[in-house]
Amino acid sequence: MSATAVHSLWTTAADPIQKIDAPNIEYGQLAPTLIVIGAAVVGILVEAFVPRRSRYYVQIFVSVVALAAAFAAVVALAASGYGTTKAGIAAMGAVAVDGPALFLQGVILLAGVLGVFTFAERRLDPVAHGNRVDSFAAQAASVPGSDSEKAAVKAGFTTTEVFPLLLFAIGGMLVFPAANDLLTLFIALEVFSLPLYLLCAVARRKRIMSQEAAVKYFLLGAFASAFTLFGIALLYGYAGSVSYATIAQVVDGTVETVNPALADTMGNDALLLIGAAMIVMGLLFKVGAVPFHMWTPDVYQGAPTPVTGFMAAATKVAAFGALLRLLYVVLPGLRWDWRPVMMGVAVVTMLGGAIVAITQTDIKRLLAYSSIAHAGFILAGVIAMTPDGVSSVLFYLAAYSFVTIGAFAVVTLVRDAGGEATHLSKWAGLGRRSPLVAAVFAVYLLAFAGIPLTSGFAGKFAVFKAAAEGGASALVVVGVISSAIAAFFYIRVIVLMFFSEPRPEGPTVAVPSPLTMTAIAVGVAVTLVLGVAPQYFLDLAGQAGVFVR
Amino acid sequence: MSFPLLTATAALPAIGAIATAAVPAARRTAAKWLALLVSLATLALAVVVLVRFDPDGDRYQLTESHAWIKDFGVRYELGVDGIAVALIALTALLIPFVILAGWHDADPLETHSSRWRPTQGFFALILGVEAMVIISFEATDVFLFYIFFEAMLIPMYFLIGGFGDRAHAGSDEHAAAQRSYAAVKFLLYNLAGGLIMLAAVIGLYVVAGNFSLQEIAEARANGSLDMATNTERWLFLGFFFAFAVKAPLWPLHTWLPNAMGEATAPVAVLITAVVDKVGTFAMLRFCLQLFPEASKWATPAILVLALISIIYGALLAVGQRDIKRLVAYASISHFGFIIMGIFAMTSQGQSGATLYMVNHGISTAALMLVAGFLITRRGSRLIADYGGVQKVAPVLAGTFLIGSLATLSLPGLAPFVSEFLVLIGTFARYPVIGIIATFGIVLAALYTLVLYQRTMTGPVKPEVSAMPDLKVRELAVVAPLIALLIFLGVYPKPLTDIVNPAVKQTMSDVHKKDPKPEVEAAK
Repeated sequence: MSATAVHSLWTTAADPIQKIDAPNIEYGQLAPTLIVIGAAVVGILVEAFVPRRSRYYVQIFVSVVALAAAFAAVVALAASGYGTTKAGIAAMGAVAVDGPALFLQGVILLAGVLGVFTFAERRLDPVAHGNRVDSFAAQAASVPGSDSEKAAVKAGFTTTEVFPLLLFAIGGMLVFPAANDLLTLFIALEVFSLPLYLLCAVARRKRIMSQEAAVKYFLLGAFASAFTLFGIALLYGYAGSVSYATIAQVVDGTVETVNPALADTMGNDALLLIGAAMIVMGLLFKVGAVPFHMWTPDVYQGAPTPVTGFMAAATKVAAFGALLRLLYVVLPGLRWDWRPVMMGVAVVTMLGGAIVAITQTDIKRLLAYSSIAHAGFILAGVIAMTPDGVSSVLFYLAAYSFVTIGAFAVVTLVRDAGGEATHLSKWAGLGRRSPLVAAVFAVYLLAFAGIPLTSGFAGKFAVFKAAAEGGASALVVVGVISSAIAAFFYIRVIVLMFFSEPRPEGPTVAVPSPLTMTAIAVGVAVTLVLGVAPQYFLDLAGQAGVFVR
Repeated sequence: MSFPLLTATAALPAIGAIATAAVPAARRTAAKWLALLVSLATLALAVVVLVRFDPDGDRYQLTESHAWIKDFGVRYELGVDGIAVALIALTALLIPFVILAGWHDADPLETHSSRWRPTQGFFALILGVEAMVIISFEATDVFLFYIFFEAMLIPMYFLIGGFGDRAHAGSDEHAAAQRSYAAVKFLLYNLAGGLIMLAAVIGLYVVAGNFSLQEIAEARANGSLDMATNTERWLFLGFFFAFAVKAPLWPLHTWLPNAMGEATAPVAVLITAVVDKVGTFAMLRFCLQLFPEASKWATPAILVLALISIIYGALLAVGQRDIKRLVAYASISHFGFIIMGIFAMTSQGQSGATLYMVNHGISTAALMLVAGFLITRRGSRLIADYGGVQKVAPVLAGTFLIGSLATLSLPGLAPFVSEFLVLIGTFARYPVIGIIATFGIVLAALYTLVLYQRTMTGPVKPEVSAMPDLKVRELAVVAPLIALLIFLGVYPKPLTDIVNPAVKQTMSDVHKKDPKPEVEAAK
């Protein structure tokens, strides 16, 4: 028997191979994300192949260059009209390249650069065994207090993996507000969340607290992800597609072809309402809106402060971007259903954040609750459902992220023997000892409080104006009331810094390297510029205020 | 392009503030002189504004207009009418005296660290407040005004909380706690008022589409901008609330006695004679022009509140044991007169109210600064700790007396003219309220004279027996103020000439004419 005959006993000739069309990927339009993710992969290779002593420098170099290149790519895309006239859908409908996406990507990348600077700070902690150390554990895998930890500290190990992790998180965040179908949305959510959970766990000081924070964040975040995923499944059942455009068509009743396999469930409003509610819940968890805010204070307090600063700024930007796109592109046909609910959420978020913040005694927890109140203010702009609403939210997010990173960078400077002195009582009299640091922090607090001539005021005015024009005057009234409440605790910190006598055993202010100084100085400069002359940036946000569908 | 005079008048103290703050720690005295020179230069600019202003010319003069924040409909628009010119002149006039009077108030203690520079901070903050007050008098864009109306709270807050009176009875720690309480109360009251106003400012934008005072007022006048009655009333209340906190009007006044009591005398003058005037000024400029119908609607309620302020402030002043708190309550009474004059809606009332703002500024400055010198000498704010000072320090006592007499509006001193005008103006339209308000004068005589009697006359208390009389610096502060009080008391015409045309315009905004005299009507 010939070989072919034997073979033919259990095989048949296959049909000729059908040609698979290669997907058409617009690499140029996706360049920002690709650069960052690529650099993150390079960062991992650096961890594997570069000698330990030079890793730190190589990682900083790779991160900063990648973020700068990605930012340049964003600017180039925006300059060649992808934010306005040439806005479109890329990567087979998975990613939108339009004004809001590019604007938020730019903000996230700038926040990322400042984040890298604060991550790389090595002058604040005292020198351990002749090595300069940063805010991250010597070896994340060693049990706190164990011999292996001591050995790792003694050997001068540092967790330089934080830089690729940061890059992965940024990569996910870049996709999140640009995601144009629900699966991309979910994948982006996971890509930026998982590195953040890890980053929260690797504090050098108070490691148990940091790990506890990470576990809390992970568990609650996993719940939120599960909600989102379930919601995606329901919406798929409703619309027969995960693509934003198709779902929107089904919601509007303008769909052309019906998928026969889904004909029974398609257009079932119960699926739509429950599915949409679950996805929105997942996003509200990420922005830290009441009642999905429970993780915020613990995580903000436990995470290493540079991570807190970055996370507080960039997560909010990315998550609000995704929320905006979902509500404005997918669910505008449903706005009579979601607007009242979102108004309720905005009201309790503004009031809840502001009221609970009054009782806080730890500066990081205080800023956490303040971030909740700010999420409420931003939601007021989201609810407006006008182009002005979008651009006001974009502007607010840009203003807020720089203030946040700067404020947390200042928190890293105030130290005593146990590391950062975050208890408020220890900040007493800081203004007498270190007038400059206290004054800078006061500028940030005034911006948080929304005092005129700071970016906080311009942002607040923009979102309230949009809300009032969108017919949500009640939100504006609640907004000013909660601003008044919130002003109380920001001012309490200023009182403490400037009007209290310094304590003899109080903390000292460490002199940072130029890295952290840059982050703080850029934060102050942006805060004041956006406060005094916001027009250029409002224009930018205004041009970027239209979603592609 | 002509020289931006109004911008310069506001920018000069702002630049001066930055320069003063930048003076090195060791060169304290240089910082003081720099601040004084800047304030004098600002005064010179204010005089130029005064001279260049033509009372019979356009309503808003020396105007400047530039695009600023297009997206918010905000322009950088400045312009002054007679009322604003008078108040800018008052502000620029008082600041040098405030600086001179506070010459040593912010000298650092030995316990302070060498990097803490209170002196530079103190004078820089005063100049900063001056800049913000002047620009809020000049702004004809509602948003621009609002920004500085709010922003000036921050330097004021640091002035009150950071540089308290060293002459406080009780321990240092207690004094610090009191002071920071007063500062926080000041800030929270005013911030709450400001935020309510922010809601109204946004509402105004939604209704009108821009923030230009002239455009909105014009559109209101020719009927092209129609506001629903309720909308107008709510917006009016939002604006008025903020101004009533700042002014302050009963029952929103309670921050003032704390703030004035705990602050040093010059800062107290800054609060009551300068910053609070922005509140009453804004009532005239913004409430009446933007919301004429709602202003008329609210007039009865506001007049009653003003009347309560007059009587209540005066009664509490009678009962005070603390000199500075007494002056604070007297000021509340006087602000009642100013607000009554504004809302009486007669030209005498409003001219009187504007003059009152200027005269109250000068007279309170005179009284409070002399009181400050007195308190610094003895180290106590309590009236009971003094007695017989006029035998030991006759010049101090004499100037204190003139300040007191000005406060009770003695004829021949400037406040008399304005108080008289306010009372006639109110009486012409609301006789009963006018009559009751007159009792405020009687009470004023009581509290000022009792204050003088208890502190200055009688047997010399042993603690004050070695009290030195006024020094040259202090005389340089007090003498010009007193001269001005007498001059404006005898010859108020320069001031009324500037103010009257502006008042007439405001009256026509609210479509009010003076009531005819009764005699003529009876014919």
